[in-house]
Amino acid sequence: MSVATQDTAIRTGRVTRTLIYVVLILFALFYLLPLYVMLVNSVKPLEEITGGGMMSLPDAFTIEPWKQAWASAQIGVEPTGLKPYFWNSIKMVVPAVTISTVLGALNGYVLTKWRFKGDTILFGLMLFACFIPFQIVLIPMARMLGLMGLAGSTYGLSFVHIVFGIGFTTLYFRNYYAVFPTELIRAAQIDGAGFFQIFWRILLPSSGPIAVVSVIWQFTNIWNDFLFGASFADASSQPMTVALNNLVQSSTGVKEYNVHFAGAILAAMPTLFVYIVAGRYFVRGLMAGSVKG
Amino acid sequence: MGFLDIDKATKSYGAVEVLHNVDISVEEGEFLVLVGPSGCGKSTLLNMIAGLEDITSGEIRIKDRAMNGVHPSNRNIAMVFQSYALYPNMTVGQNITFGLEMHGVPKPERQKAMQEVAKLLQIEQLLDRKPGALSGGQRQRVAMGRALVRDPDVFLFDEPLSNLDAKLRVDMRTEIKKLHQKLGTTIVYVTHDQIEALTLSTRIAVMNGGYVQQLGTPQEIYDQPANIFVATFMGSPAMNVVPAQVVMQNGRPAALVTLSDGEQAILPFSQDNLAPYEGREILLGIRPETITDPDSADRKSSNIAELINRIDVTEPAGSDTFVSMQLGGRDVISRMRSDVPVVAGQSFTFAVNMEKAVAFDPDTEMRIAP
Ligand SMILES: Nc1ncnc2c1ncn2[C@@H]1O[C@H](COP(=O)(O)OP(=O)(O)OP(=O)(O)O)[C@@H](O)[C@H]1O
Ligand SMILES: [Mg+2]
Repeated sequence: MSVATQDTAIRTGRVTRTLIYVVLILFALFYLLPLYVMLVNSVKPLEEITGGGMMSLPDAFTIEPWKQAWASAQIGVEPTGLKPYFWNSIKMVVPAVTISTVLGALNGYVLTKWRFKGDTILFGLMLFACFIPFQIVLIPMARMLGLMGLAGSTYGLSFVHIVFGIGFTTLYFRNYYAVFPTELIRAAQIDGAGFFQIFWRILLPSSGPIAVVSVIWQFTNIWNDFLFGASFADASSQPMTVALNNLVQSSTGVKEYNVHFAGAILAAMPTLFVYIVAGRYFVRGLMAGSVKG
Repeated sequence: MGFLDIDKATKSYGAVEVLHNVDISVEEGEFLVLVGPSGCGKSTLLNMIAGLEDITSGEIRIKDRAMNGVHPSNRNIAMVFQSYALYPNMTVGQNITFGLEMHGVPKPERQKAMQEVAKLLQIEQLLDRKPGALSGGQRQRVAMGRALVRDPDVFLFDEPLSNLDAKLRVDMRTEIKKLHQKLGTTIVYVTHDQIEALTLSTRIAVMNGGYVQQLGTPQEIYDQPANIFVATFMGSPAMNVVPAQVVMQNGRPAALVTLSDGEQAILPFSQDNLAPYEGREILLGIRPETITDPDSADRKSSNIAELINRIDVTEPAGSDTFVSMQLGGRDVISRMRSDVPVVAGQSFTFAVNMEKAVAFDPDTEMRIAP
């Protein structure tokens, strides 16, 4: 009797499992389809696309659309390709991610290990920053950037992203450090380490996993941001996302879909890259052995 | 003035006072153990000595220098934490020398000090490992190494052995004691384990509810507990506390206790100072090992009283057998040699070494004799 029930349990298990896999694979294909379309069409001559072969593999393989999208396509009025805007985005995103992550870590450190009166209220206010709709701050922020002399520059964009990122990065690091053993901090204090020495030598080296989370989060958000880029940048400091839009919207001549696809992939590449590279460092167990258990 | 003076130290968290007027003076080279139940304020007091918690009122002095407001790193103390608190990102060697590095000691000297300490603690082969790759006992050693290398005035230990298994705990206990005898550094050691307290210390401060209940040598604490709390907290099994009445017998005070069948037995005291209590109720304290069979009674004792009572339960425990009976309406445990023929439910002649008995006032719970 019990054997029979066990048997059916295994059988139903197998059936359900197969079903789950089938459904999952279908979903995966469904999600991967756009990427497939973009990839195949970015390496086709334009005639093949306009000829109605959106889904088919390229007859004549060409990387010309990629070259054009990168270096010579018409962006707005200039035939520069996406290249200069790519560098604009890099110049914006690297300092913004670095600074907001470091500040978030410092905030988390202070809020958990150097508690002061009103620290929970301050943290609550910082959390509030995560939920402010961006549209509300556009005009005040534009005025602020103007006053600071940062309007229309990548520095200005970095600044805006740092300000908006701190709420999230602080939240991440605070929650991570909240369970970091306070005895380690105390031991370091007795050993004679100061505020920043404890931060650099003890806390940061153990912050790998949360730093990766923070970097991935910040990088994707800032790289993909369109609203701030469109609002606060001028023609020379536009980020990739805005340039991509201009590329697609450029109304001169025929729509070069293959170039658009290539450009879109170029714009998405850095975030993919960050996921793949940083994801590998998503190591757990860095804390193992510091305290019991 | 002692080497380490805790002078009317008080600690409050907001309106709650968790330590009340603690007065302890420690001489150089002493091994002071702070012992007490969970939440009695041991760690708080230790952290105050370390400078990790500030003192609400009172003063702590090390070598006659007031420590109030002095940063932990400038007190010349070293601390071993319950969780060891080893820096997970550093090797054992770096863990040990981190404090020296922070104090600006040049690298060659750091290495030399590290080697010496590693040799002393026999952890030389572990120096390049990360704490994650160590066993509990090894981590414990490294944590001690980190403290030793500083050559501090005072060592502070906060329950350093409580995360180890029973066997290792006993081994490390011996090792800490040896280390203290070898180095002679002043130690303040927190534990809630009364056996650790009795074996390690030169003096014990028994704490409860934020008060120091008694400060004394292990012998004093064990033989002359200041009150019922200390009497029952220190020693295992705990001291038996039995309601009794003081009567005079042949001009000397004695305790009248009720046996399990309602009969009464008279146990003469060794001390005369209970005479004024004649006719009054007291609480009689008898340690389990001072109740034996008549043959095993302490020959050097001048005052062995015998009583015949029913055995309730026997619990053989290898070398000893614990035998319980009813006295004064309470369960009383005695410790017999394992070869004594005891049978539950039968009558047996117990020999009580009244020289070791103590008496407490039932109202104040303070010791009134000896
Ligand atoms: N930050 C704090 N705020 C309020 N009360 C506290 C704080 N820290 C400790 N206490 C209280 O102070 C008392 C003493 O705590 P302490 O940690 O010194 O106990 P302990 O004797 O070390 O106990 P254990 O054996 O469990 O470690 C406890 O009642 C505790 O609740
Ligand atoms: Mg404690």
